[in-house]
Amino acid sequence: MSAENKGAVAKEKESLLAKPAVQSILASLLCIIVGLFIGYIALLFINAKGANEAIVTIIKNYFTYPTKAAALKYCGNTLVKAAPLLMCALSIQFCYQAGLFNIGAAGQYVVGAGASLFCALKLGLPWFVCLLAALVAGGVYGVIVGVLKAYLNVNEVISGIMLNWIGLYTVNMALSSVKESSSPYTLSLASTNEAALLPSLGLEKLFSNNKYVTVAIPLAVIIAILLKVVLSMTVFGYEIKATGIAKDAAKYSGMKEKRNVILTLFIGGALAGIGAAFFFLSGYEQWSVTQSSVPGMGFNGIAATFLGGLDPIGTIFASYFIEHITSGGSYLDKNAYPSQISDFISAIIIYLCGFVLFFKFFLNSRIRNKKNNAEGGNK
Amino acid sequence: MVLLLQYTLLFASVLILVALGGCFSEHSGVINLGLEGIMVMGALGGALTLKYIDSSLPAIVIVLAVLAISILCGAVYSTLLAFACINFKADQTLVGTALNLLAAAAATVIAKSINIIEDPNNVSSTVQYVEAKKALVVNLGKFQFNWFMLVAFIALVCAYVILYKTRFGLRLMACGEHPQAADSVGINVYTMRWAGVLISGMLAGVGGIVYITAGVSEWKFENGVAGFGFLALAVMIFGQWKPVNIGLAALLFGFFRALSNVYSGFDFLAALNIPGSVYNMMPYIISLIVLAFTSANSRAPKAEGIPYDKGSR
Repeated sequence: MSAENKGAVAKEKESLLAKPAVQSILASLLCIIVGLFIGYIALLFINAKGANEAIVTIIKNYFTYPTKAAALKYCGNTLVKAAPLLMCALSIQFCYQAGLFNIGAAGQYVVGAGASLFCALKLGLPWFVCLLAALVAGGVYGVIVGVLKAYLNVNEVISGIMLNWIGLYTVNMALSSVKESSSPYTLSLASTNEAALLPSLGLEKLFSNNKYVTVAIPLAVIIAILLKVVLSMTVFGYEIKATGIAKDAAKYSGMKEKRNVILTLFIGGALAGIGAAFFFLSGYEQWSVTQSSVPGMGFNGIAATFLGGLDPIGTIFASYFIEHITSGGSYLDKNAYPSQISDFISAIIIYLCGFVLFFKFFLNSRIRNKKNNAEGGNK
Repeated sequence: MVLLLQYTLLFASVLILVALGGCFSEHSGVINLGLEGIMVMGALGGALTLKYIDSSLPAIVIVLAVLAISILCGAVYSTLLAFACINFKADQTLVGTALNLLAAAAATVIAKSINIIEDPNNVSSTVQYVEAKKALVVNLGKFQFNWFMLVAFIALVCAYVILYKTRFGLRLMACGEHPQAADSVGINVYTMRWAGVLISGMLAGVGGIVYITAGVSEWKFENGVAGFGFLALAVMIFGQWKPVNIGLAALLFGFFRALSNVYSGFDFLAALNIPGSVYNMMPYIISLIVLAFTSANSRAPKAEGIPYDKGSR
């Protein structure tokens, strides 16, 4: 290869590396690799003998099943849980665009679950009403954070956490009237009110008749794409981003920043609420009214959204990945390894995402230096 | 009544310790949202010390050992925050949240692994410390005095003296108000912020062990510390970042937290027939209301949350 050709190739490579999308993907892959590696080390510490097998089990998830039919069925289960995770991730992401860290997504998810199950079990309403109830409940819960933030300057992280706990206890109280008499779980939808189950439109046939696979999964993906469109192509999306980048400048140029903060949190809350309905109206799981910790779905959403490079499309893949390893963790030998090792890996990934900005800065300054050097050489 | 007083003082001690931790960190300019996670790690260290220490040792040795290990665990864990946020200018909210999730997951993994190794059929995340815990308390009639109450009081006095009466404290606060000005007179902002975060780690670590030994003799680490780190942040804001006010605010919040432990012991409260969940919610509701009224005119350190960049103007 001549020197000239080589230079051209190198230039192309550089410009590829300079693209923000490529950098984001690269950074996310790096986070995943390092996260899995640290998880592997932890497994080695716990029990060195089975560590190789354990990390492979986590990564393989449903592929551990020998038959294709079984693998497909459990793939369906992973997707059932990935859909609500995607919704929570989108909730956090949408708010983050406006400069708000919506850690209250976990609580908005909880009240969404409470509202949809209450409508389904106590009031016997059909699924679309339950879904709407979850949307409104989550949204209103988000608005509380928004009003506190916009008018009273309350840090949204702290108020979000407080509301998470208030939501949990309230929902536990509200749903204890519709629980099974012999267990702490709410009545099953299939036996109490079948009309409240989300329709499947024949999708379950694709996954070896996994009855939990419903319209929730394609809907979640469509909502993600919709958000991408709203954020990148509409005035409202532009205002949200402008508020996030420079609040005072946005205010100065005539945007109603207070209204935008509240509206953003309404949408964020509604997304998380819908996510809860997507999960609990599939009948996959029943709510336990004695649970004493906030469900992790909202917190895992933070991992998914940052791993997705704060882009709705990237978040689709990231949500799937996070749920994939979380489900994979449940296949570990329970008498040798704790399944929370997957949560541990997700948490490491979130921590590493904190370094992404620095990573991009580092990459860009290297590219710039190289460019400068190259130009200097030509002269 | 004595029980209510006892629990109020205990929970207030937790809140004082952790809120002072937040106070040191924020005065240096770093928002430490990872307090909750640091508490969990300190609690884990302390709980394991209690589990393995010889309970026939003199009480003072046990108390000091538990204190030392909790301080160490908290400080070590907080370096993760300092490293990312001070040296690498990472988003402080994101890293703090990551620390909380990481601590909950890591503590569960560690506690479970220890249980599994001891007995493969025990897959719970509970650590028990019934015997050694007795060393932490002294019975004064009906009132159970806990040594950690004294620790919290000492921490409060020390914090006041350090922040307002020493060169170190005043320099620390300068870094949180106007780091560029501090740097211009020769104060190393990075060192000061590291110091702030490490102190917050130590205090939160102790807060963690106090919380999980308050009234119980075992702890299920899957539960973390139930948002107490964030309650402490609310106490800190209510206390306007000042040690003395923090102490008073902690007493108020501690009282409401204590109510949920002992409400059934009061005839008139039990007669009201309010579900236990309402009492459990109380501290969180109160803190929301308090925050709503105090955040508007907040006296937060001016440069908190902004990574310090020597080159910026």
